[in-house]
Amino acid sequence: MILLRGARPLGGPAVDLLLADGTIAEIGSRLTAPDGAETIDAGGAVLLPGLVDLHTHLREPGREDAETIATGSAAAALGGFTAVHAMANTNPVADNAEIVEQVLSLGRQAGLVDVRPVGAVSAGLAGERLAEIGGMARSAAAVRVFSDDGHCVSDARLMRRALEYLKPFDAVLAQHAQDPRLADGNACAHEGELSGRLGLPGWPGVAEESIIARDVMLARHTGSRLHVCHVSTAGSVEVIRWAKGRGVDVTAEVCPHHLLLTCELLTSYDPVYKVNPPLRPAEDVQALRAGLADGTIDAVATDHAPHAPHDKDHAFGDAAFGMLGLQTALGVVISVMVETGLLDWAGLADRMSVRPAVIGRLAGHGRPIAEGEPANLTLVDPAQRWLVRPAELASLSRNTPFAGQQLPGRVVATFLRGRPTVRDGALVRPGRPTAVPA
Amino acid sequence: MSRHLLSAADLSAAEITQILDAAEQMDAIQNREVKKLPALRGRTVVNLFFEDSTRTRSSFEIAGKWLSADVINVSAKGSSVSKGESLRDTALTVAAMGVDALVVRHATSGAVQRIAGWVGCHVINAGDGTHEHPTQALLDAFTLRRRLGDLSGRHVVIVGDLVHSRVARSNVLLLRTLGAQVTLVAPPTLMPSGVASWDCVTSWDLDLTLAGKVAGDVDAVMMLRVQRERMAGGYFATEREYAAGYGLGPARLELLPEHAPVLHPGPMNRGLEISSVAADSPRSVVLDQVRAGVAVRMAVLYHVVAGADEPADLAAAGETR
Repeated sequence: MILLRGARPLGGPAVDLLLADGTIAEIGSRLTAPDGAETIDAGGAVLLPGLVDLHTHLREPGREDAETIATGSAAAALGGFTAVHAMANTNPVADNAEIVEQVLSLGRQAGLVDVRPVGAVSAGLAGERLAEIGGMARSAAAVRVFSDDGHCVSDARLMRRALEYLKPFDAVLAQHAQDPRLADGNACAHEGELSGRLGLPGWPGVAEESIIARDVMLARHTGSRLHVCHVSTAGSVEVIRWAKGRGVDVTAEVCPHHLLLTCELLTSYDPVYKVNPPLRPAEDVQALRAGLADGTIDAVATDHAPHAPHDKDHAFGDAAFGMLGLQTALGVVISVMVETGLLDWAGLADRMSVRPAVIGRLAGHGRPIAEGEPANLTLVDPAQRWLVRPAELASLSRNTPFAGQQLPGRVVATFLRGRPTVRDGALVRPGRPTAVPA
Repeated sequence: MSRHLLSAADLSAAEITQILDAAEQMDAIQNREVKKLPALRGRTVVNLFFEDSTRTRSSFEIAGKWLSADVINVSAKGSSVSKGESLRDTALTVAAMGVDALVVRHATSGAVQRIAGWVGCHVINAGDGTHEHPTQALLDAFTLRRRLGDLSGRHVVIVGDLVHSRVARSNVLLLRTLGAQVTLVAPPTLMPSGVASWDCVTSWDLDLTLAGKVAGDVDAVMMLRVQRERMAGGYFATEREYAAGYGLGPARLELLPEHAPVLHPGPMNRGLEISSVAADSPRSVVLDQVRAGVAVRMAVLYHVVAGADEPADLAAAGETR
């Protein structure tokens, strides 16, 4: 039992909350601590529903030198997350029930966040034939998000079949929208004035936009659920806005780095700024913020992509794609969305918890802060700014593009079913594996 | 002069002039019986080439040797990624052997800048991906200056595969610094993205450009190599069509004013971007460019490695028999 004193749910008036048996047992002012209850003074910090990430690379199995499910879970909890979706591009690929159940099990052993495996759409991510989607959906992992992320399901017929095939499971297809014929294997920088000047193979916005345009029409045709991963251009926001206006069941996510950083950073040729999709110009960044503010973009997703130093210590074009994101996401979103007035705290909770949980069909997360609801909660002090120091991050890797930046919003505490996974900004390791309701 | 030469944009007009003037002195030793100056005696220069090159590597090698440096060629072909070694490890390993300067060629843009950030020695860019090739721009300027004198106000036309050309990028930067006008000519598919914002004129029409109807009278034309594999990428239809639209054939050669030289960084695709008539005409300065390459690279090595500002007495001091 924990009595949380003086927390401000969604930035509203301060209240006391009693967390017991994994739920919010009572909310009120000046609650009396029952016997055996531990009291935590929130000191007026903002209380949010535990954050949910739709897009995380935990690298296990296969690249445990870059990240493990345990270290990624720690980074997630410290970043205020209570649930993360672990992408399928592991080695071996999560394209069958055995792998997704292994990921689920390792997540439970770590016990810091609910790790929800994402299943591959195509066998081996090869884009040729369907993976065992049914097996993964019916497994103990109960997979509801399928994605070939890292690769686009570029074949129109396979995409159509996959969208149809997912329907019995109420699952969603999360598409990495990138036409491989318009952005080939060498592409590594937003195609524009800068890529021309730097001589970096360009990656045009239309490579993303044309696939999204095709996919929303396919989703309309099949009546399926489509989710667009890491939207990065103004044109993509336009297409999604158009499709939503016509009733297409499409949702979309944007990454924190695409909300803050621009392609101008590439002048250093430092691969810490190399990411897929690439950093874009300021006009795109503005459109993404506006799209997230008006709800065209449903969710913030980290695309947390840890890489060992020896995979980044190359020339820009030869280095691996991806950036760390779990521990910096909340700070970046507070900085670009809340401090600018584009979203209030309820809006932030909606984009970082409520809607991602709905898209992932994740019961128990993204719920209102109310009596009887699961106690998956994040306590954040927006006034505390902190300096991003790569060596201090919980991830095994160090590839954060925010090194040296001051971010607002220190995560003071995170609660997973009433148990603190983070307290006073530090990790609290579980004594025993937490029981996760199926 | 700074400790590296990574981009043509690193150089001011005064520095360029200083290098070209020094190169004139260096060039004079080619007429000597003993082609050797003691300027870099006891210094070690490594040509670290991650990409095949014959002419640039040989040119740097000769330049280093004529300055009495110990020159070692290291071929590191094949990406370090595929060999399982990081670029950082490769660069630090070579630099750890007591090297004074690395002359680096790499197939990936920005690789040389990365290496310069890691190693403690001098780094000279001998061509990085589709980004820059500053010593090529210097030797082109040297060649042009000999034909045309002061380049300020002169109009240089650069034609061909601009998307993939590090030569074009460095030349635009360097020529503009020297006050020359530049017009880039290519089909739209071979124009770099965002070229409209570059400090030069662009055109899709070579005939109009050479006739002076796009950006005024032409003082020099530089034909860039067009790799035949670009056809597979859909950049142009056929060799025949490319040559007809953008090749320097005999008729186009006649459009040029009499004083205007024809440059080509080599290797030439005769019959594609340049006809034999043009390549072998008295206007062609292709071999002058190659010769200038040695002198210019001597000047660059001397300025970067020895850090000398005044090479005035160098030629005299180096008189050895």
